[in-house]
Amino acid sequence: MILCTQLTKSFGPIPAVREVNLQVEKQSITGLLGPDGAGKTTLLRMICGLITPDSGAVQLMGLPPEKIERQDLGYMPQRFSLYGDLNVMENIDFFASLYGLHKSLIRERAEEILERTGLAGFEQRLGEQLSGGMKQKLALSCALITRPQILVLDEPTYGVDPQSRQEFWQILYDLNREGMTILLSTPYMDEAELCHQVAFINEGRLEVVAPPAEIKLSFPFRILELRVPLRDPHFFDSLPGILDASFYGYKYRLVVEEVEHSRHRLEELLASQGLEPGSIMEVAPSMEELFVFLAEAKGLAGGEV
Amino acid sequence: MSRIFAVIKKEFIQMKRDRMTLALIFMIPLIQLLLFGYAIQTDVKHISTVVFDQSLSPESRELLNAFSASGYFDINEVALSYDAVTQSIDSGQARAGIIFPPDFARQLQRGESAPVQVIVDASDNMVANQAIAIANSIGLIKSQQLLFQKMNLDAPPYDIRVRPWYNPDGITAYYMVPAILGIIVTMTMVIITAVAIVRERERGTLEQLIVTPLRPYELMLGKIIPYIALGYIQITVALLVGALFFQVPIRGSLLELYLLTLFFITASLGLGLMISNMAKNQMQAFQMSFFVMLPSILLSGFMFPREAMPRIIYYISDIIPLTYYLDIIRGIVLKGIGFQYLVGQVAALLVFSLLFLGISTLKFKKKIA
Repeated sequence: MILCTQLTKSFGPIPAVREVNLQVEKQSITGLLGPDGAGKTTLLRMICGLITPDSGAVQLMGLPPEKIERQDLGYMPQRFSLYGDLNVMENIDFFASLYGLHKSLIRERAEEILERTGLAGFEQRLGEQLSGGMKQKLALSCALITRPQILVLDEPTYGVDPQSRQEFWQILYDLNREGMTILLSTPYMDEAELCHQVAFINEGRLEVVAPPAEIKLSFPFRILELRVPLRDPHFFDSLPGILDASFYGYKYRLVVEEVEHSRHRLEELLASQGLEPGSIMEVAPSMEELFVFLAEAKGLAGGEV
Repeated sequence: MSRIFAVIKKEFIQMKRDRMTLALIFMIPLIQLLLFGYAIQTDVKHISTVVFDQSLSPESRELLNAFSASGYFDINEVALSYDAVTQSIDSGQARAGIIFPPDFARQLQRGESAPVQVIVDASDNMVANQAIAIANSIGLIKSQQLLFQKMNLDAPPYDIRVRPWYNPDGITAYYMVPAILGIIVTMTMVIITAVAIVRERERGTLEQLIVTPLRPYELMLGKIIPYIALGYIQITVALLVGALFFQVPIRGSLLELYLLTLFFITASLGLGLMISNMAKNQMQAFQMSFFVMLPSILLSGFMFPREAMPRIIYYISDIIPLTYYLDIIRGIVLKGIGFQYLVGQVAALLVFSLLFLGISTLKFKKKIA
């Protein structure tokens, strides 16, 4: 459905997107992940035809973005880009009429979409008076009014409370099940696991494109989790065989090369400090750990960073 | 077509919610006209005058009476020395001084030319020019009267009769009100549209608009049509203020005035849109608007007659829409002339409109970067 070949764009001397090749299959959910400034927004804008690439090409359903039927593409920008001084219904009405939809059809679809996004009952509320989560749902509603085949969302859940995020993802899953192809960007690693395909972008380059499960398999290290009443994030730094330690309250997650030896060393270290080792468990790596690893591995390999 | 309507409808809804702007649209012509209509008097009367009369004769008194009877000189102060006159003018208490020499009456009686010194504070050009002109003509008229008496003539040999047409009483408001109306309309229209596109860009709404099938010209037309309505509201308020407070007559056809005004409103809106398409943010749009407005006000013939301008400035004033509209509105309101005399001006405004709107449409790219 979406095909990017060697897509490149610089702003002045600063390269934003470099030689990106990306393929998004019909009826899939693809997540574009990466840190701030990695080039996610620029890539999505090029896909939607908002920015002309310096080189490379985008094809949506086999056509360049300017040539496709505009109604086939739903786009939700990163910033709230609807009118704060129009109410929910007026916003939907306005965008729908720009696509030439008939009044009765707009009513019919709006009712259904508002029901789905949970905005029913808020039709008369002004855009600027909506909460963050509701604003995003309104933006989604406007993007959906034409029943697009492809839906592109730029950080749709950024800054939204966990409850609304969950609801938002539920809507995306429903839409996807009905046949919609979805491409979205997110700074949240945990959202990657909700996608069918994950594309990790860093410094304008696509580092990995793979299903989340596959990315997990490619991780060469193991993760140990332990609970100790310590509050020193650097406590384990000196221990050989431990590559990285992260600290969440009383919980530590340690990236290790090998499980048994490390476990043994940890127990020794803790005992020498007179601490109760508790349970040291091996757990599955989180997406965050995977991407930190990927970003660092690439960085080291490329000799950049 | 339906897309243009969608934009127009949206603009009207936004306008309705923006009470402050709407109030300004009404208040600007009302307040500005009242303010400037009364304040701007190019006809300088009641110049405060100090007199140092060393002659103290019936002759000097007669000439003084002529000065004060003209209405231009108010004799407020009698000085007893030349220094007192200087002091009075230096301090700004008086703007003119009249000094009679001690032998004024004697010289007159002897049939000699009797000098009278009139001092004028020329730090304000407008006041000075009028005071000088009036003082000179008072001198001429009084001299003539004396000569006629001596020669036993009833009437002067030349009899030049000037008829000031269209504004025989020289009422400043008649001349100023239509011009101020033009300035108010062009200023509001330019500024309002100057922010129109750039605001959408700043708020991010343009990004969403670009992915829709909306075409650039549809956006431009949808943006300006609602403001044409606002322009007409302003004109109506201004004409009412002119008629009610300043008794400015409308000698020509009101319908014709409204029709021809359309071209001026469109040109102003087009100019604003063009600014909006060039500016990167609202601040820039404001600054560019002022950059354009100031020459409009100063060079259009509103402040200074265009005939008095150096050639090059005169040509610059040719590319200011207000220049042509001043011809139109003064023509219809004061002279009562019709379209047949204003074809050139209308054509010029039409060219401006098409040019500005055309550039705006071409300049507007359906891209973010």
